[in-house]
Amino acid sequence: MAKLTIEDLKKIRESAKKGTALREGETNVKITVHMGTCGIAAGAREVMDVLLEEMAQTDRQDIRVVTAGCMGMCSSEPNVTVEMQDKDPVIYQHMDKNKMRQVFKRHVLLGQVQSDFALARG
Amino acid sequence: MTIRMDLLLCGGTACRASGSEDIREALKKELARHKLENEIRIIETGCNGFCAQGPLMIVQPENIFYQKLTVDIIPHLVEEHFLKGRPVKKLFYKEPASEETIPTMEDIPFYSKQKLIVLKNRGVIDPENINEYIARDGYVGLSKALLEMTPEEIIQEVKLAGLRGRGGAGFPTGLKWEFARRAEGDVKYALCNADEGDPGAFMDRSVLEADPHAVLEGMIIAGKAIGAHQGYIYCRAEYPLAIKRLNIAIVQARDYGLLGKDILGSGHDFDVEIYQGAGAFVCGEETALMHSIEGKRGMPRPRPPFPAQQGLWKKPTVLNNVETYANIAQIMQNGGAWYASIGTEASKGTKVFALTGAVNNIGLVEVPMGISLREIIYEIGGGIPKKRKFKAVQLGGPSGGCVPEQYLDTPVDYESIIKVGAIMGSGGMIVMNDQTCMVDMARFFMDFIQDESCGKCTPCREGTMRMLEILKKITQGRGEPGDIELLEELSDMIKDSALCGLGQTAPNPVLSTLKYFREEYEAHIIDKRCPAKRCAALLHFEVDEGKCIKCGICFRHCPAGAIRWQKKETAFIMKDKCVQCLSCITNCPSDAIF
Repeated sequence: MAKLTIEDLKKIRESAKKGTALREGETNVKITVHMGTCGIAAGAREVMDVLLEEMAQTDRQDIRVVTAGCMGMCSSEPNVTVEMQDKDPVIYQHMDKNKMRQVFKRHVLLGQVQSDFALARG
Repeated sequence: MTIRMDLLLCGGTACRASGSEDIREALKKELARHKLENEIRIIETGCNGFCAQGPLMIVQPENIFYQKLTVDIIPHLVEEHFLKGRPVKKLFYKEPASEETIPTMEDIPFYSKQKLIVLKNRGVIDPENINEYIARDGYVGLSKALLEMTPEEIIQEVKLAGLRGRGGAGFPTGLKWEFARRAEGDVKYALCNADEGDPGAFMDRSVLEADPHAVLEGMIIAGKAIGAHQGYIYCRAEYPLAIKRLNIAIVQARDYGLLGKDILGSGHDFDVEIYQGAGAFVCGEETALMHSIEGKRGMPRPRPPFPAQQGLWKKPTVLNNVETYANIAQIMQNGGAWYASIGTEASKGTKVFALTGAVNNIGLVEVPMGISLREIIYEIGGGIPKKRKFKAVQLGGPSGGCVPEQYLDTPVDYESIIKVGAIMGSGGMIVMNDQTCMVDMARFFMDFIQDESCGKCTPCREGTMRMLEILKKITQGRGEPGDIELLEELSDMIKDSALCGLGQTAPNPVLSTLKYFREEYEAHIIDKRCPAKRCAALLHFEVDEGKCIKCGICFRHCPAGAIRWQKKETAFIMKDKCVQCLSCITNCPSDAIF
């Protein structure tokens, strides 16, 4: 590998920071995919896959994807909760791949709550 | 796909010894089974510090702390937490005093009281990946030092920081560098002392295992400051993992051009090699260490000339400890004034301690200078296990001394610790409870020193031998009046006349125990009694019927089947079978065996 200049070092730092952002960067959006047995049976796994694909296409490093168990509304699964800084969490119901893409692009990235898919304000 | 979760599995020597490599394999298998391998990443970090609770794992972004992992629990853990998002409570940390479970790392008192500079990357990065170090502002200090600062400015900044040698002696680092800078000669060397040898100390090993680049970065900066282009890390061969990770770090740094010619286009050349020591304690002494690198027998020589004038291969040389170097890059990055704002008037910054012995939270801790010993032992360390009584804390290993209870509020800084009869040392901190015999402890350290004495000068070679003989005699019940005075006389003589630091400090454990626990020596010599019940020759191995609570604990612990006991009956020790292993005495809850 060629010798680094100070600019190269900075570039490496910027790209490496993406890789370690999970461990230290700030969190502004938390997306919870409810992955209880009921959620997985209803297709939460696919929803998660799509969500992670979408995540890979964004440069935002302040978004965290976490899993959680069943909320008790098994009939509305797959559920996804989106929590944004200083806003009420929104719980979405009956999610699928397309709905997840739309929620990510509109709500998570642009802040427009997708009321049609929403179950409740959590 | 995006990684949504990082599993920071501790891969320090302690956690590996308790099985973290098997845990890693089990995790890999289970993640693959649930098809999570592309969204959850396992990162093997260096020592996380909380060694007693290992194997450890921190789960990010939630910052959940799991302890004492076993292979059997991994399938459950992966399914419950990593797939379904339900953290597994039984693997949480439990506060020993309140029995309260604490899920997140930042809330555990062991971590929350610490101040991390040297250990800022511990358990957070993969030490075998230079990019992770760079992501945490690695090599920022180096960039600044190489491109924006003159050697004099670097030295000035280190002086302003007030950094003192972390190997134990506490010599101002900036001053040492200045001497070497001023010394005449084209060839100079920057050496790193990683020959950590004090019993119970593992600070340097952990730094090297968790953050090897921090040490390299400090050495390159030192090279520029003094005008050296070659560095050697003298690391003991007993630290295979540290050496492995250092070698990986050196290769990666060379690959990036951070070691070698014209680093970052600054015109400064510097390279580092590792020299493996064979584990002789005396080779931690600077002149002996240099002899050893030169291929000669590791023996000290008289100073002056000091290494700053004539060191390795008779060239001007700077030798600093691992921990000292690990501070340098951050001093360059944040400025000496920032560093000097932490700590006390004469001792700046932080100090890493290896907290071991009779304390609940055994591990590696970094604290700001000026914190009291009590805070370290009771708040970070979680106090003494099994409701035993604190007796003393030993600082500085075989060169140091012990601090008894009445001085527990002593602030941790170089001068205050010396005032109470111990030394800061390199960072070994051994907590002792009321079951430690201070005479036996002094004998242990003298045994160590006598074994490690290189034999070059008579006071150390013969003097420590005589002292050991006297101490052995006392612990075996053959002590005579006059022994204490003889020990004191020998101590003074060895301190004054030994050639190097090893000999000059060798009597310290004896002197400090004599200072605070003289009555224990007298009890051994005059009353033929060991108050802590450790010296087998002075014990009777009989049961006090008045004190025995008939619990049978001694019976269950005896490995020789020498105890007769039945429910509701006083225990009885059969002396013909007894092997005097002390396990009955150690475990007796009512102190009934004498």
